[in-house]
Amino acid sequence: MEYDIIIGLEIHSELKTQSKVFCGCKNEFGGDPNTQCCPVCLGMPGTLPVLNKTALEYAIKAGLAMNCKISRFSKLDRKNFFYPDMPKAYQISQYDLPICYDGYVDIEVNGETKRIGIERIHIEEDAGKLVHDPYGQGTLIDYNRCGVPLIEIVTRPDIRSPEEARILFETIKSILEYTEVSDCRMQEGSIRADVNLSIRPKGTEAFGVRTEMKNLNSFRSVQRAAEAEAKRQAEVLRKGGVVIQETRRWDDNKGESFSMRGKEEAMDYRYFPEPDLVPIVVDDEWLESIKRSIPELPQSRRDRYINELGIPRYDANLITMNKRVADMFDAAVAVCGNAKTVSNWIMTDIMRRINDKGEAVLDSPLNGKRFGEILLFLEKGEITQASAKKVMDEVIETGAEPSEIIEKRGLKVQRDENLVLDAVRKVIQSNPQAFNDYVSGKEKAFGFLMGRVMGELKGKGDPAQVKEVLTRELQAASS
Amino acid sequence: MMKLRELTLKETHDLLKAGEIGVVELTREYLDAIHENNPSINCYVTLCENEALNQAEEAQKRLSSGEENSALCGIPMGIKDNMCTYGVRTTCASKMLENFIPPYSSTAVDRLLKKGAVMLGKLNMDEFAMGSSTENTIFGPTRNPWNTEYVAGGSSGGSAAAVAANLAGFTLGSDTGGSIRQPAAFCGVVGLKPTYGLVSRYGLVAFASSLDQIGPLTKDVTDCALVMDEVVAHDPMDSTSVAWENGSFTEDLEKGVKGLSLGLPAEFFDSALDDGVRKAILKTIKLLEEQGASAQETALPGIKHAVPAYYLISSSEASANLARYDGIRYGHRSKAAKNIDEVYRSSRGEGFGREVKRRILLGTYALSSGYHDELYNKALKVRRIIANEFARAFEQFDVIIGPAYPTTAFKLGEKLEDPLKMYLSDIYTAGVNLAGLPGLVVPCGLDDKNMPIGIQLIGKPFSEKLLLRIGYAIEKAVGSFKALKNEGRA
Repeated sequence: MEYDIIIGLEIHSELKTQSKVFCGCKNEFGGDPNTQCCPVCLGMPGTLPVLNKTALEYAIKAGLAMNCKISRFSKLDRKNFFYPDMPKAYQISQYDLPICYDGYVDIEVNGETKRIGIERIHIEEDAGKLVHDPYGQGTLIDYNRCGVPLIEIVTRPDIRSPEEARILFETIKSILEYTEVSDCRMQEGSIRADVNLSIRPKGTEAFGVRTEMKNLNSFRSVQRAAEAEAKRQAEVLRKGGVVIQETRRWDDNKGESFSMRGKEEAMDYRYFPEPDLVPIVVDDEWLESIKRSIPELPQSRRDRYINELGIPRYDANLITMNKRVADMFDAAVAVCGNAKTVSNWIMTDIMRRINDKGEAVLDSPLNGKRFGEILLFLEKGEITQASAKKVMDEVIETGAEPSEIIEKRGLKVQRDENLVLDAVRKVIQSNPQAFNDYVSGKEKAFGFLMGRVMGELKGKGDPAQVKEVLTRELQAASS
Repeated sequence: MMKLRELTLKETHDLLKAGEIGVVELTREYLDAIHENNPSINCYVTLCENEALNQAEEAQKRLSSGEENSALCGIPMGIKDNMCTYGVRTTCASKMLENFIPPYSSTAVDRLLKKGAVMLGKLNMDEFAMGSSTENTIFGPTRNPWNTEYVAGGSSGGSAAAVAANLAGFTLGSDTGGSIRQPAAFCGVVGLKPTYGLVSRYGLVAFASSLDQIGPLTKDVTDCALVMDEVVAHDPMDSTSVAWENGSFTEDLEKGVKGLSLGLPAEFFDSALDDGVRKAILKTIKLLEEQGASAQETALPGIKHAVPAYYLISSSEASANLARYDGIRYGHRSKAAKNIDEVYRSSRGEGFGREVKRRILLGTYALSSGYHDELYNKALKVRRIIANEFARAFEQFDVIIGPAYPTTAFKLGEKLEDPLKMYLSDIYTAGVNLAGLPGLVVPCGLDDKNMPIGIQLIGKPFSEKLLLRIGYAIEKAVGSFKALKNEGRA
């Protein structure tokens, strides 16, 4: 039997406010354990939370960017459960009146636009971290992350494939980056997703029993976990079994998931309104000012690239998905002038670097301006493609300016007709076999000789000029 | 000769200001008296002798140089042991926090210390402020200075007894369902539970956050107003804190009661009310009428549900507020525990007393899925009804007047085994917390066992000055604390 897959995501993202959500502690990743906490975020007796208005503003901004309605009146609630990394033994969250609700996000699947509903976005506090004691048997707790502001984005079960789930996660991450409410640093766990998944026989309407997979922190793991879970559920049904409602843990190394707890063990969080905080009231003026602060979002940026710069849809989509890449693109185009050249180089060189080493390249000295300068040298024919790559490597490594590197390494294209002619003659003389091959009609030999000449010119020759001189000399020598 | 510590705060201040007595001398007299009398009263659980003497010297300098003119400068005070005090252990009378030394002070205490008040020590209470007799405490019960066979009331029993026994110039207590007003009534002192939000709760170890409020216990009404002048202020650390913009609490004291209307809710004078208490209350109201106030019976029918609503809401909030005592970061940690579940279970099992456990269980139950609507949500509705009834009553009356408790102080151990009976007696006080209103208790007489009787004045939000003004008139008519005490001794 064939099955439909039904997926909903819950995405947690840290907000990059200066201070934590209920106290004045710095909101910063890293730092020695337990150096970024105070009596308030440690939940010491008698201390009280005070809501960080910027965190609320960021949550509203994210909601507006995802086309949500904003609650004019909402409140915070206590979610009760014991866990050693949560010092109050309750998490301040939002239960029945989330700050944002009823929105949507459009995603691009195989060139088509699909709309995914956003049920709600609420604000809450993050917990600390448990660390296994490297010198002993025990567990240590680092409370630095305690009280870092989070939003939880809950989608409607509108997702119909693991691929869509991955694309939605990517799209939401990109919206959060564009609105500058979150850093979305995945390695640091500042954005993570839970996958709710069920299947149903094709052609039927009713949803099946769903399972939840917690804390997936990469695009790839979201897709893989969803694929594996859909397969697992189908297997269960095929064998005549029933899917049970449960929470599962995905092991990305093993590529499979394990049951964490069933429905019977589901927690009773005993939500009730947080009496230490007053209700949240959002007035028109504030809401309008937040609306005005929302920058261009990925979708309209993508459309601008397609329509105004003539960038292919696929490329435009990929470049705009990551705000930092798109910012690099814009800065480079401003310097270099040729958008297509910049987009080609981003699609090949920069994306390769990101695939190899993550976003390190975006933090490197190779910013949009320097990238654009290098491409401008290339555009003007002053350096070769090979040199351009070399300059990029060196900028990333040393932070030196492209013009200095080109100067210092003598990478400017060699156009002296005599020098080129000398190199060509020398190569023809010292490679008789290739010359003979060329004469006997083997086109490949031309490429070989071309490469040798470029080598002789230390990669600085202008390929067009070299080709022209080489062709002329070969014809002269063979006739 | 009159002892210095028998003077009111105001009288003491006048002598200090005039240079006739010194702060150190005064502080030593209080400390000596504590050494002598605390063993029989048991109101202090931690004494800060050295710190107090240092603070006294500092206060004397500031007074002498004219740098500080506050009426509280140089006045020895005691603090209920649920308010955090920097460097001084804050136990909540619980094994759980027996060795907890906070690295911060509560805003209320901090404000008083900055004004030069001298902190003598920390005062006994019911564990985590849960109780009405200061018997639920790891330090042993506080005894009523009027007769040590009787309880001092609770949960701020130590705060009331310290004032009644002249072992502090004034004290701070906290009131969640009557914990300032009932012990004030039992010990014959003045106790004010301010409007919710008036005194910062920052650093007050939470029992029930939407009900808790810090307030003063003093020898007379003037002293109460003087303490309020210093302790009330908006605090950015407490989101529920509000600004007071109505001037000094002392300025209306002598305006009298002419033309004021007093409402007597029938529910406050039903058969549960002890006859002796009833007589004293009605007699006091008569005295106010003679001075030009009008009194009329009224009804607050919702108030009969105040006790169950109060216990559901306060216990629900407490179940979350007390969840942080898990044995992980501070407080009692069971030595027997071998894994994380046992750390929770055994630490909490060993660290909390019976009454605290009872409330945590009740609150956890009331919030559980399946009971949430029937218990917690219904209690919130009752709370709204009670608040509305009070609001309607204040359209007709300036204040509501009545008893603070159905009886005078009871004997030690008398109600300990019947918690339900103890709960039901909160009927005149708990509604005031549910509605967030101010409530003032002033002594108004003695019963046939020579135990004090308190009368309670309830006003609309932020009507503290009006309550103090009527309280002042009562004090003048009935006789002050000192007069009452002399009468009791005679």
